[in-house]
Amino acid sequence: MEIKVLGPGCAQCAQTEKLVKEVVATKGGNIVVQKVSDFKEMMAAGVMSTPAVVIDGVVKCTGRIPSKEEISTWIENAGNEGGSD
Amino acid sequence: MTMPTTPSKLHPNAHNAPLWNLGYFAVVTSLATFWWLAYTHIMPVSHWLVFTLWGFAPGSHLGLSLEFFLYDTAKILLLLVLLIYALAWIRVSLKVELVRDFLAGKRRGLGYFLGAFFGAITPFCSCSSIPLFLGFTTARIPMGITMSFLITSPLINEIAVVLLWSLLGWKFTIIYVLVGMLAGILGGFVMDELKVQRWLQPFILEAMEKEPTQQYVHDSQKKHGFTIQQRHTFAYNETASIFQRVWKWVIIGVGIGAALHGFVPENWFAQNLGAGEWWSVPASVLIGIPLYSNVTGIIPIMESLLTKGLPMGTTLAFCMSAVAASIPEVMMLRQIMTIKLQATFIGYLWIIFTLVGWLFNSVGPHILS
Repeated sequence: MEIKVLGPGCAQCAQTEKLVKEVVATKGGNIVVQKVSDFKEMMAAGVMSTPAVVIDGVVKCTGRIPSKEEISTWIENAGNEGGSD
Repeated sequence: MTMPTTPSKLHPNAHNAPLWNLGYFAVVTSLATFWWLAYTHIMPVSHWLVFTLWGFAPGSHLGLSLEFFLYDTAKILLLLVLLIYALAWIRVSLKVELVRDFLAGKRRGLGYFLGAFFGAITPFCSCSSIPLFLGFTTARIPMGITMSFLITSPLINEIAVVLLWSLLGWKFTIIYVLVGMLAGILGGFVMDELKVQRWLQPFILEAMEKEPTQQYVHDSQKKHGFTIQQRHTFAYNETASIFQRVWKWVIIGVGIGAALHGFVPENWFAQNLGAGEWWSVPASVLIGIPLYSNVTGIIPIMESLLTKGLPMGTTLAFCMSAVAASIPEVMMLRQIMTIKLQATFIGYLWIIFTLVGWLFNSVGPHILS
């Protein structure tokens, strides 16, 4: 599974990345967390407000810091679909 | 695709919601009472601190400056916390993606107004301005409408309105908002007339050619609406992050304001930089544009400049140009705009704020007295 945190590097984006990494650390499994600050990639994902969280190519939230529970649920659901490797 | 999730799965504590809500309202009520007590006691407390506890001579410049500083800082910070929280709570569901979808396909004239209007009411972290710009542009929203949005966005927001209202009164607030809106609307119009689109960085133009309008980004919270707990979380994060960002601006702004308040003689500005000195307006805009400030820091300075007799037009021109553009912002926008476009943008700001300054220097005395 691949999780991307999109944001040019403001405080909110850093906070989101930190939360995602904390949740991932409790999950185990093969999850890659990546911070994306390239505007072209944000444009390609259709993200207009940051921070945004993208899991396996699906935009999960934009323009706000998600809670740990939300992140955890997203990861579980994405895993259940069997679409990840 | 995401699987539809049941609400209880989404919020593990959902069955506790009524209890949580009850506790939440109890805490909110007591905090609100405390807030009100603090707010109504700022004046006597700062007076007592400065002149009784610290023993400054009544009427001394330093004492007056210090009192003003304490009073203004506390008042502004208290107002900010309340407002950011309350407004974030309400507008958790207002998204720039929705604004984009709404703006796409609007007629130009109406589009500029709506662009400026949404610029005023939509909050966004300034580091989002580039993704937002790209999102608008690739959705085929005319460049001018996007520019209207970008010009108005830093100038007007709810924080600005409340600070202006409480420090400078309703008349000035209305004038400020109208001027900010008009600067945005006119800016959009001018940019489209000049066809500035061709001066975007090439990669955007390429993306516009191949990419049709983008799909609406799906936020997994959308389907369920927001619970009180989620609203609180959003509002709390919003308050914390905005507050962390602006508190030093308030202190710097009020600090400069307090220094002006205590040390610059009454009417010094009126005598030296009055409305008669026509060149003072374009000069102050020229100084204001590279300065980096946000609206929270500039309003306390405006208050002091005005009370020391700087003409209203010059004050507006200087402060708005300091908020609307800055060197760091120009550097950031460089990634999507070529030099030509940036020069046009800054040239426009210089002209429009100079005109605003001259206009209000001549009519200001009739409006505010």
